[in-house]
Amino acid sequence: MLGAATASYRGRICVRGISAIPAFIISRILQAIPVLLIVGFIAFALFAFVGDPVNIMLGTSYTEADRVRMTHELGLDQPFLVQYIKFIWAVLHGEFGVSYRLARPVSSLIAERLPATAELSLAAALFAMLVGIPAGVYTGIYRNAFTSRVFMVLSLVGVSLPTFLIGILLILVFSVLLGWLPSYGRGTTVAIGGWTTGLLTVSGLKALVLPAITLGLFQMTLIMRLVRAEMLEVLRSDYIKFARARGLTNRAIYFGHALKNTLVPVITVAGLQLGGIVAFSIVTETVFQWPGMGLLLVQSIQVGDIPVMSTYLLLVAVLFVIINLIVDMLYFAVDPRLRVGRAR
Amino acid sequence: MSALLDVQDLSVDFPTRRGRLHALDRVSLSIQPGEILGVVGESGAGKSLTGAAIIGLLEPPGVIVGGQVSLEGRRIDKLPPEQMRRIRGRQIGAVFQDPLTTLNPLYTVGRQLVETMQTHLGLSDRDAKARAVQWLVDVGIPGAAERVDAYPHEFSGGMRQRVVIALALCAEPKLVIADEPTTALDVSIQAQVIALLRRLAREHGTAVLLVTHDMGVIAETCDRVAVMYAGRVIEVGSVAAVVHRPSHPYTEGLMASIPALRARVDRLAQIDGAMPRLNAIPPGCAYNPRCPKVFERCRHDRPNLMPAKETQAACWLYAEGAVHG
Ligand SMILES: Nc1ncnc2c1ncn2[C@@H]1O[C@H](COP(=O)(O)OP(=O)(O)O)[C@@H](O)[C@H]1O
Ligand code: SF4
Ligand SMILES: [Mg+2]
Repeated sequence: MLGAATASYRGRICVRGISAIPAFIISRILQAIPVLLIVGFIAFALFAFVGDPVNIMLGTSYTEADRVRMTHELGLDQPFLVQYIKFIWAVLHGEFGVSYRLARPVSSLIAERLPATAELSLAAALFAMLVGIPAGVYTGIYRNAFTSRVFMVLSLVGVSLPTFLIGILLILVFSVLLGWLPSYGRGTTVAIGGWTTGLLTVSGLKALVLPAITLGLFQMTLIMRLVRAEMLEVLRSDYIKFARARGLTNRAIYFGHALKNTLVPVITVAGLQLGGIVAFSIVTETVFQWPGMGLLLVQSIQVGDIPVMSTYLLLVAVLFVIINLIVDMLYFAVDPRLRVGRAR
Repeated sequence: MSALLDVQDLSVDFPTRRGRLHALDRVSLSIQPGEILGVVGESGAGKSLTGAAIIGLLEPPGVIVGGQVSLEGRRIDKLPPEQMRRIRGRQIGAVFQDPLTTLNPLYTVGRQLVETMQTHLGLSDRDAKARAVQWLVDVGIPGAAERVDAYPHEFSGGMRQRVVIALALCAEPKLVIADEPTTALDVSIQAQVIALLRRLAREHGTAVLLVTHDMGVIAETCDRVAVMYAGRVIEVGSVAAVVHRPSHPYTEGLMASIPALRARVDRLAQIDGAMPRLNAIPPGCAYNPRCPKVFERCRHDRPNLMPAKETQAACWLYAEGAVHG
């Protein structure tokens, strides 16, 4: 039983503050700047301290004069801070240096590889959410049903098996044994402007299926388990009991009242996990020889191609910052209590 | 006059690993159209379970094991879930205890009213919205036209309970089950909320099953009152008779222990001992270990409601031929 004092304290009238939204977003962007500067610093430190670009670019036979000239050309004889500022300046202008391995600007290498990774990650994210959320709702509502138990056991497999093993198993079954789907590559792609897409051809779509499932499986099971746990929690709440007492339909209760209340925690985890999808695409792209940024990174790490590595690092950092921002804005959209300073 | 709600010998069990707990034992009560029936009793007496069983929302593993519930002469305790859903809200509304947790925090109060009315009354969006505003006016929400788009957290506890009352009544049910509707509220606004409930019930001709700890509320609000003890209704009668001239020894003790009517049963019960837990209900009359008038039969046989002075009481003192009165 609630004490009367607590009740009156908790029930204090709150005033709405719509104007808080833009201010909130701006403050979040400002908060992200130091994060990006620090990541930029790490990326730059990779440049400056890991490997010796001069060595790599000169090859095996060179004179000391060549070496000094090259060092000067690359600006490596300047003070550290100057180099860092120059680096940031260049990054802000979209200049990420030149790949040691391929002797081409990193920006154009990334631009070539970005569509493949973006389409794969998007497909994996859609798979994770479109399967994970309904499966979580279902297993939350019918927690004792046979199908729910099957889902839960399968999800354990998804959580515990490593990505590469899942990829290899899928290849074994669907490519080698059944021969339904290709085991590597993107299939036929179509170029639209600077973007090569595999979404417009049958072979492109077919090629997407196994890598997307492999990449999204972990996140799918995680989202499903999270939605299920939240659903069980919410279904015990008073407002769900009251919704039943008002005679609302099961559909309105489960997919309206209950699901919406599970969304806040789900958004947090799902948001971070979608960032994880891009990061984990390295493994999947390697298993399926998917010509994306992850594969580019692996090839670059093998030969110490620092500009590509540091650019990748920066991109992932920016991506996480953007995802976090979107997550915060979704909170605002979902939970009206956040629109006041602090409601509770 | 035929009863609106008739509960006969309703029994509810909780199967547990160590046997079945009999949480409700042959509970019987009836409510006439438009009548306000109070239900009092200590915590754990089974008041909330009775309400939940009536509207078909017993929580598992709780299960009805006997008796029947009839609404306007039609049995409703064995209806398929979908038919029972149509009765909830439309025929029998509910007001819960804690308005801070009863409303969905993510939906505006208007939306919650609109969806309730549209579910049961098939109104257009416009009509439903207009009626939602009218309901907020009726329950005394200032600035209802704007507040209809506000979220629950923007209302105080008392205002939220007014919204809950609007939600319980908006599909025009014939009966509202209000389970301690003011217990969680600030003492200063409890009377207002009860007065509102009483006024709306009278205006709409709605019957109310009002569970409360507050004997003052019973005295001022109710037509009749039922007293529950250890999962049974042990006395039922007109408010005047039960409060001032009770028949059952437990009710006598209960009334005697309340110095002023404006007091809570729970806190002031000064009868020796405590209500038994469900797994330790004594054989015979459940009250017999505490009863000052206990005699031999009380320890073996369990009494049902029987005519006693001006009320009905479950007490062997009033058995035919009894000489102990
Ligand atoms: N899920 C449950 N399992 C076992 N016993 C329960 C359960 N829910 C309620 N009870 C018991 O049922 C009895 C009646 O509870 P309730 O109707 O809530 O009492 P009150 O009169 O205070 O509203 C209590 O003794 C309680 O312990
Ligand atoms: S039946 Fe016996 S024990 Fe029970 S209340 Fe009556 S007199 Fe007391
Ligand atoms: Mg209760």
